[in-house]
Amino acid sequence: MKLTSRADLKEARQIFSRALQLQETKILVCAGTGCIAGGSLIIRDKINELLKAKSLPVTVEMADEPHDKEINIKSSGCHGFCEMGPLVRIEPQGFLYIRVQLEDCEEIVNETIVAGKHIPRLAYTFEDKMYPKQDEIPFYRQQTRVVLEHCGHIDATSVKEYIGVGGYSALEKALFELTPDKIVKEMSDSGLRGRGGGGFPVGRKWAEVQRQKNKPKYVVCNGDEGDPGAFMDRSIMEGDPHRMLEGMIISGIACDASEAYIYVRAEYPMAVNRLKLAIEQATDIGLLGDNILGSNFSFKIKINRGAGAFVCGEGSALTASIEGKRGMPRVKPPRTAEHGLFNQPTVLNNVETFANVPEILNRGANWYNKYGPAKSPGTKAFALTGNIRNTGLIEVPMGSTLRTIIYDIGGGIPGGAEFKAVQIGGPSGGCLTTDDLDLPLDFDSLKKAGAMVGSGGLVVMDSNTCMVEVARFFMNFIQNESCGKCVPCREGTKRMLMILERIVSGRGNIGDLDLLLELADTVSNTALCGLGKTAPNPVVSTIRKFRDEYLAHIVDKRCPGKVCAKMRRYYVDPELCKGCSKCAQACASAAITGKVKESFSIDLSKCTRCGACINTCKFSAIKEGW
Amino acid sequence: MNQIFDPIELDEIVKSQSTDPSAVISVLQTIQEKYRYIPREVFRPLSLKMGISEARIYSVVTFYENFSLDPKGHFVIKICDGTACHVRKSMPNLERLRKELDLPEGKVTKDDLSFSVETVSCLGACGLAPVLTVNDKVYPAMTPDKVSDLVAKLKEELANETH
Repeated sequence: MKLTSRADLKEARQIFSRALQLQETKILVCAGTGCIAGGSLIIRDKINELLKAKSLPVTVEMADEPHDKEINIKSSGCHGFCEMGPLVRIEPQGFLYIRVQLEDCEEIVNETIVAGKHIPRLAYTFEDKMYPKQDEIPFYRQQTRVVLEHCGHIDATSVKEYIGVGGYSALEKALFELTPDKIVKEMSDSGLRGRGGGGFPVGRKWAEVQRQKNKPKYVVCNGDEGDPGAFMDRSIMEGDPHRMLEGMIISGIACDASEAYIYVRAEYPMAVNRLKLAIEQATDIGLLGDNILGSNFSFKIKINRGAGAFVCGEGSALTASIEGKRGMPRVKPPRTAEHGLFNQPTVLNNVETFANVPEILNRGANWYNKYGPAKSPGTKAFALTGNIRNTGLIEVPMGSTLRTIIYDIGGGIPGGAEFKAVQIGGPSGGCLTTDDLDLPLDFDSLKKAGAMVGSGGLVVMDSNTCMVEVARFFMNFIQNESCGKCVPCREGTKRMLMILERIVSGRGNIGDLDLLLELADTVSNTALCGLGKTAPNPVVSTIRKFRDEYLAHIVDKRCPGKVCAKMRRYYVDPELCKGCSKCAQACASAAITGKVKESFSIDLSKCTRCGACINTCKFSAIKEGW
Repeated sequence: MNQIFDPIELDEIVKSQSTDPSAVISVLQTIQEKYRYIPREVFRPLSLKMGISEARIYSVVTFYENFSLDPKGHFVIKICDGTACHVRKSMPNLERLRKELDLPEGKVTKDDLSFSVETVSCLGACGLAPVLTVNDKVYPAMTPDKVSDLVAKLKEELANETH
């Protein structure tokens, strides 16, 4: 089928949406990376097989001639509740089954699909309350899903389903009802800000590209989601790829560009495959390519895979990488809008930003900016990870508090530990503590608190985490990823890492904190690109919020989080020691002394914390302390 | 070590992508998929075919972490040490893995090319932390003991394949 006019698309939408309505039962098996790792595709095939064996009218793809009692099995995008995977959602009841195993398939088919009954043992239970339906689960109930609206609700590999639920209607509007100026104005009025980290207003960026006379112009989608602990963009690319493509095509109409690139991280092979498939489907059906829907607008999208460089998330490094060069940033200005890909004017936005576009055009700027605070309107997807009960993908209005996210949606900290901090914005961001639990999460409030939204990774840390070690971890990451072009980043981060390593290994000096802050100041003010400018943030924010922990490492040589191996103290329990001298023989640094048949002792100034003595003691007389 | 590559095959790889200099990364990616590393011998023919200098190709290969100039093992195990995996204790898994495979720190690949062990910064499967991948298959919620079991299984698989 090839759609060659607006009427064609409208007609196709009617057919597809009717087909969806006729599917009496929908079985949505999560085909996100997380659930696939848990075996969801095998579960999907098993359910299909079992239904077929019963000669029920089961389909895995949207049928052209739908049966009116059809059972449709869909490979959906990420449902978000990754901790509980593999997930299976069953409609029309809206049941959500968690941690589904191969053995459960038969029961699901017999009890739920055939008899329509709920299986309590597969439902989510929290604090003795069972939640049969997905929408009732606190994790979902407190979210506002706009960008992730379709993730988990439609088949992620079907353009027909996307059209059937109203997809590509914004494209229709942009092609046949709105002028490019009107599209850009709508974006400006909506107040949408780039979701990749910087928060630059989208309307302003598009207007700037629109003004450029130089042609050709390009659209580039940044899918190089490199922040460790973030996977929102991945879930959109995998779970609702057409939504993002639609956003890109619209930006092409607005800025008069007809060629686009999607730059995806190499670590996301499934996202690449889903996008390839989506582009193929959209091209086949006539929503990409020449003269889209009979208009004189043409648009083509290519996919470029990254090759493992974090710095390529930076605009000018990303475009250099698409050009087949080393991904090194250049001095700005001129900005990407003027001199972007191949030195031509370029619209560069990230995945989530583009995915916001269609709904804004559909429902209007006023609908969009009723979510969130005036200066950071809309919703934001966050990846909730680390020491938290419900890890997964969530979406909330901008300006929601950390307390809502961690306790109401995230379900709090597991294992009886206390909440300590949350790292927001990855290695460019900062940490927030119990004092910040009621801080609204939006671009400006976070900046004031010394953190940033970044791409939206929220890594929760409990009381068993050492903040100095976390700072070292991030600095190590940045040091590895620094491209080496400018001196402040290349050398400055190296020195900062050296000092942090010294501190966690118990060799810190009292002047180290001042030295760190001084270096941080120099690096953030003089580095060439965003990576370097924000590199010191984790160090500065942990020093500001957890100075006592740094001092414990430097002065007392203790690690309050009980993490840093070199701060461990070994001692001999005199009650248990039989004086066999095995430990003294095992000690390479001669730190253990004593008389045979009497209790031995460890000289901490000689001890290298290697742990060899613990392993040799038959009486468990050597103890660890902090 | 010097695996001989087929010039005709290289021709096909370049053709399947493009001879445009901007395609050099995707050409190199395809070469690496084929040989599991980038043999240095491809630099010269590639430079002639694509009209770019060998130095430029070398500069690209050495810049991006995914490219390797050394052959990789049969099983490439990547331990994720992204923030989420790190705070859920991924490093004990790496220690156990190195111990099981007898790979000292700083050495990536076993001499018999059976295993390679790498750390990566984030695989994006943070909800299942800590994770590792074996030839791109994701293994969720790993513990040191699960690592030992996995290594035993992989070694067995390898033994069956070679016999």
